[in-house]
Amino acid sequence: MDPVVWFFVLGVIAGLARSDLRVPAAIYDLLSILLLLAIGLKGGVELARQPISGLLPQIGAVLAMGFALPLLLFPVARFLLGLARPDAASLVAHYGSVSVATYAVGIAYLGARNIAFDAQLPLLLVLLEVPAIIVGILLARGIDASTNWGKLLHEIFLGKSIVLLVGGLAIGWAAGPAGIGPLEPLFFDLFKGFLALFLLEMGLIAAGQSKSLRSRGLQLILFAVVVPIPLATIGAITGTAIGLSLGGTTLLAILAGSASYIAAPAAMRIAVPAANPALSLTASLGVTFPFNIFVGIPLYFTIASWLHRGMG
Amino acid sequence: MHQETRKLLTVITESAIESALCEELIALGAGGYTVTDARGRGSRGVRDAGWSSSGNIRIEVVCDAGAAELIAARLRDRYYSDYAMILFLSDVSVLRPQKF
Repeated sequence: MDPVVWFFVLGVIAGLARSDLRVPAAIYDLLSILLLLAIGLKGGVELARQPISGLLPQIGAVLAMGFALPLLLFPVARFLLGLARPDAASLVAHYGSVSVATYAVGIAYLGARNIAFDAQLPLLLVLLEVPAIIVGILLARGIDASTNWGKLLHEIFLGKSIVLLVGGLAIGWAAGPAGIGPLEPLFFDLFKGFLALFLLEMGLIAAGQSKSLRSRGLQLILFAVVVPIPLATIGAITGTAIGLSLGGTTLLAILAGSASYIAAPAAMRIAVPAANPALSLTASLGVTFPFNIFVGIPLYFTIASWLHRGMG
Repeated sequence: MHQETRKLLTVITESAIESALCEELIALGAGGYTVTDARGRGSRGVRDAGWSSSGNIRIEVVCDAGAAELIAARLRDRYYSDYAMILFLSDVSVLRPQKF
């Protein structure tokens, strides 16, 4: 277990015990900016180092997966959980989209084991963030003339996570390894420290969800624990099929198994007002995120290893 | 000193809808508005602004009674059912009535 995840536990304990510990909102924003830029820059530098061949088919496959995951989940949310249509649509948008924090813990996990991953992963991360949100909105509203798509797409594509990831990729790619060198101490050497502080705040936030968790019942908790495993397996199969390395396959599985709690809640709140925001957020942040960082990531790594051994 | 009465419309709601709401205010005849971050507790639970999606905002608008009624009615119809929102009106004295 990587020590960074214990900061999450510390946050949860402090939150549940009602400690006066708070990470100021501005610091939390700064940490998320640093993490997103670091992930983007790292990917950009790696992309500049080597010619990437066959990137287009990979992009196509990952986009297709991004659209497929929420569609597969929708019947489960609608009929197995018995949720109303807007709630089910919002929930699958959260689970189809991705969590950058889970991805960052995955990078730390692989880093501790000296396992390299493919340069294009940050790009695939950006691609996976959006489709599920669009599918969720369509599932909730249908093709509705009153939907202001211009505004919604602006909200989705110019959200801070996409701007920073794409911006970091572009800067890292343009500057190359030598150009980014002077920035390395801030963005790469301190990455784990920032992640630890970020996870501390995530723990505090997750503890705040515990009350609403108790009122939701067992079904939603089961959904939030069980569903990431088949999703991640689909991610691992896709990663193996498109020729990613073991590290890359693991990260794609982590992305597929993770649930969004920043981009998706903001977009769904505006696009699907009738959906209860607490429902999806409690599941993704209160249950799935901790499940993934403690149990999911090692499990997805094992699944990816099996698949790679099978292929080899 | 000459003073005139205008309406102060205060809206406390979710920060998620800030940009949409502010555009609407201007379209409905408000000359301007002031937004501040807020936190508190209401019928939809604690909104502690611990992070972006649980944040509240407080929007204040000074305008004439007609515009205030129009804005209040529109917000009630459009947002009350699905969003955490309260809204209240009060009388305020202003020194430069032409501004509002």
